[in-house]
Amino acid sequence: MKILGISGSIKSQKTITAVETVLQAIKNKNKSIETELISLGDFDIAYSDGRDYRDYDGDTNTVISKVMSADAFVIGTPVYQSSIPGVLKNLFDLLPKDAFMDKVVGIVTTAGSDKHFLMVESQLKPILNYMKAIIVPKYVFINEAFFINGKIVSDDIEFRVRQLADDTINITEVVQEMRKKREDEFDF
Amino acid sequence: MKEYKIDESKGMEIGLYSLGDLLPDVHTGNTISEQERIKNIVQQAKLAEEAGLDIFSLGESHQPYFTSQAHQVILGYITATTTKIKLTSGVTVLSTADPVRVFEEFSTLDLLSNGRIELIAGRASRTGVYKLMGISLRDYEAIFEEKFELLLQMNRERVVNWEGEYRASLEDAEILPRPLNDKLVIWRGVGGSPASAIKAGYQGVPMTLATLAGPASAFKEAVDAYRIVLDKSGFDSKKKPVATTSLCYIADETSTAMREYFPYMSKGFELVNGRPFSKYHFAEAKNSNNTLMVGNWELIVEKILYQHELYGHQRFLAQVDFGGLPFSKIEKIIDILANKVAPVVRKETKKD
Repeated sequence: MKILGISGSIKSQKTITAVETVLQAIKNKNKSIETELISLGDFDIAYSDGRDYRDYDGDTNTVISKVMSADAFVIGTPVYQSSIPGVLKNLFDLLPKDAFMDKVVGIVTTAGSDKHFLMVESQLKPILNYMKAIIVPKYVFINEAFFINGKIVSDDIEFRVRQLADDTINITEVVQEMRKKREDEFDF
Repeated sequence: MKEYKIDESKGMEIGLYSLGDLLPDVHTGNTISEQERIKNIVQQAKLAEEAGLDIFSLGESHQPYFTSQAHQVILGYITATTTKIKLTSGVTVLSTADPVRVFEEFSTLDLLSNGRIELIAGRASRTGVYKLMGISLRDYEAIFEEKFELLLQMNRERVVNWEGEYRASLEDAEILPRPLNDKLVIWRGVGGSPASAIKAGYQGVPMTLATLAGPASAFKEAVDAYRIVLDKSGFDSKKKPVATTSLCYIADETSTAMREYFPYMSKGFELVNGRPFSKYHFAEAKNSNNTLMVGNWELIVEKILYQHELYGHQRFLAQVDFGGLPFSKIEKIIDILANKVAPVVRKETKKD
């Protein structure tokens, strides 16, 4: 199983920390799971112009390939103008529309204020659902007040991060099992 | 339909199309040489003619795993190895070509083939050819529309005056040679969406619709939209033919066909489209209302007739050589398609 962490902004150390924390919790649970963190700010990604996803080159191609080959995701997003950052939307725009078919997505949000708690529901989930992702129902929302010196300092968040990690692993296993069961029903 | 050389009193036209893919055989891992594949394509056209199929189509694709980039050259060769069967490109990527040269080439093919050649113009779903030919993707739509309009104008007018963005102007230009009866049959290739079908309707050109796989009714929207726009734009939709294209594999039993074909189709998709074909979606092929033409010959007949009820189309093209299938299999499918499927379909669809 390969789980890809995506920090969905150009420069948000808090989001990177949040995704890193979830990936670490995944590793703590099961060392054999391969994890990788990509921060979109580390890549020179082209704007989507609607072409086939395999026809991009350079960093854009690298990022798309990483996404297409993962089994599950932890997507981290800050809140920009009451929505996800443009760079993250651009990543979705670059991908084929069923890129997340049979793949599991866990979500962690960072924000300056609790007012945006439902941003994920109204902005991010519709996109992921359209792209056929299986979304871990409960996401983790972290108010930036809980970040101190690059660390998350909240018992509550620690527990919720752990739950997100467990859910992401378990749901991915179930989805893979389900898919196998479905395919075994066919005799070809 | 006469303008497009289609005789509805004979029933639907049934033919083959190849995209010239060159893929390894999934069971052996071996890929035949480019030369062998191209010669096999030529042979397929000959077999199709001998078996009595109506038309053979060959498309260009400039990506890895393809070999018919110079499709008009191969078609040129086929004009000499066949005598009766209609031939068409499918598709010719007009956006990255010079329409004047395309017209010259296809007019020449029309003369050589005694009026058997047709042309299906398209935009290409992959962009490799744009990069190869140095054509910017920025104007993907505009380039095609402009070049297609010019192609249609050259077909209408002997002396062309034309000005546009993406090619040098033409002043009192005679585009020569002229096709056999002064007109080429030019179609527009359309993906599944109504948006592109509507454009074909506005232009009053016949439409070849890709109906690769999926519920048959999903493509009806595009066909209906095409005809509505034709009639609204002053054309007569009863005089404009529609063709559909699907992947096709036929065996004695539907379950055998599915078992034999799935590995080829799935591996082929993985190499050509980036991801294997979903088993779940493939399983739907056993239903007569799914467009993927995999099954025994009776099921294939049922599917074509069901679609004919929905679309009222005039032509069906089967892709029987996808995925590195051994040539002996391709030969067998052509035989069944021509001798079992086509006679029934023609009989059931002919108009008085």
